[in-house]
Amino acid sequence: MGELKLMKGNEALAEAAIRYGADAYFGYPITPQSEVIEYLSEQNPYERTGMVVLQAESELAAINMVYAAGAAGKRVMTSSSSPGVCLKQEGLAYIAGAEVPCVFADVVRGGPGLGTIQPSQADYFQNTKGGGNGDYRNIVLAPSSVQEMCDFVALGFDLAFKYRMAACILSDGAIGQMMEKVILPEQKARMTEEEIKAKYPWALTGRARGTQHRVITSLDLDSAKMEEHNRALQRKYKEVEANETRYEMINCEDAEYVFVAYGSSARIAQKSVQLGREAGLKVGLLRPITLWPYPTKAIDDLIKKGVKGFLSVELSCGQMIEDVRLACNGRVKAEHFGRVGGIIHTPEEVLEAMKKQIIGE
Amino acid sequence: MTEEIIIAGFGGQGVLSMGKILAYSGIMEGKEVSWMPSYGPEMRGGTANVTVIVSDERVCSPIINAFDTAVILNQQSLDKFESKVKPGGYLLYDPNGITKKPTRTDIHIHTIEGAQLASDMGNSKVFNMIILGAFLKLRPIILDKNVEEGLRHSLPERAHKLIPLNMEAVKVGKDNVK
Repeated sequence: MGELKLMKGNEALAEAAIRYGADAYFGYPITPQSEVIEYLSEQNPYERTGMVVLQAESELAAINMVYAAGAAGKRVMTSSSSPGVCLKQEGLAYIAGAEVPCVFADVVRGGPGLGTIQPSQADYFQNTKGGGNGDYRNIVLAPSSVQEMCDFVALGFDLAFKYRMAACILSDGAIGQMMEKVILPEQKARMTEEEIKAKYPWALTGRARGTQHRVITSLDLDSAKMEEHNRALQRKYKEVEANETRYEMINCEDAEYVFVAYGSSARIAQKSVQLGREAGLKVGLLRPITLWPYPTKAIDDLIKKGVKGFLSVELSCGQMIEDVRLACNGRVKAEHFGRVGGIIHTPEEVLEAMKKQIIGE
Repeated sequence: MTEEIIIAGFGGQGVLSMGKILAYSGIMEGKEVSWMPSYGPEMRGGTANVTVIVSDERVCSPIINAFDTAVILNQQSLDKFESKVKPGGYLLYDPNGITKKPTRTDIHIHTIEGAQLASDMGNSKVFNMIILGAFLKLRPIILDKNVEEGLRHSLPERAHKLIPLNMEAVKVGKDNVK
């Protein structure tokens, strides 16, 4: 077993990157995720593993540093919170087009605009449906505990390099700021230049005499080639959808009504399930772990098993509900409940919403 | 066993670190824990609070609205959290600076002269450990040896020489809760 610690979600994310053997972190501080760069600066991982930590002059600079380091086959991470992630969208679209692997964490706060520094889940659309331009996807992982903030760094890097795309860790102010028990993994060594060259033939590691030069770019003015590039991206995304969808079901075996919630809302809804069960209601929780690819089939399976309705619980005015409804396809009732503006719903009001909006009198 | 606790007071009183020590001690006791601060524009003199949950089971929601115990260190926090203690629960407060006393009759209300006792000990910094001691007297959910272990894990190495002083403060708190 690894080392047991009490840590904030943001600190666990940072420590996990060091222990995974990440080569670099480029970021810019913003509440509620400033602890990531604060922790990394304090730990000085350059001394521990040779990992570079740099506070960039802006979010734009940070994401473009990520683009470049990722293109060189390095394991590189950045993080920010909502308004900062907006600034990174251009870079993320380039990263998607150029098929560069990287991990980025979004510790979401309320919006729109500068909004508030309190927790929110209102950037579901931004991270699962795009944000940047073009037909692209990012893998989106939604941790609902400090342990998962830690674990999803390794998972994110593994997936990012397997599919040569960005993996987003979509968290929020609550998960980032809370402290919980976390079991830290063993320290892994960073990859050597030789290992990178051998493992990632696409990476820009310098051109040997007499070999073809490699190009990493999102630009191609030849329409036929660009169409084929887009088709290839879509084939890759289909493969991710087929292989990488992850979710957890709690008390769903005999459930008639199911909460769908991720991240901090999933924690709250889990308590609502407990309260509902105590009151004799057959309620369960479906917790998507990947928000893209979305566990559409899990919802389909639940409907086939007899679930009569879903309540999508999010700290937003209703974003994930669209994916829940797509999965339901009109067969059963699906509604949204959520508090916004930095207010966090209580387990009691979530259960009440299930009774009122889905179960009925 | 699940104990849901709110600790609330002024920023600078050691509210968050008391919560952290309590949470670490819970881990040493073999419990599941969560520590959820009110974060944001907090500063010295502003209000600060933290929700700590110590449980035998995996903690569901770290954000809750009703508490088994409220540890209250200023008037604003008393005004805000007195009504949020579950019936039959505990409210522990330091009367220093409290002008409007709690009025509920369906909960256990206790006091600890934390600020006074810390000043008697000649070290205002042990204030929060006196409060922790008082809490642990009322709600004996963690053994002293695990509190000591919790301190060892939550304090940086250079502060380990202060652990005996902190444990003494815990004892002072236990002996003086009313």
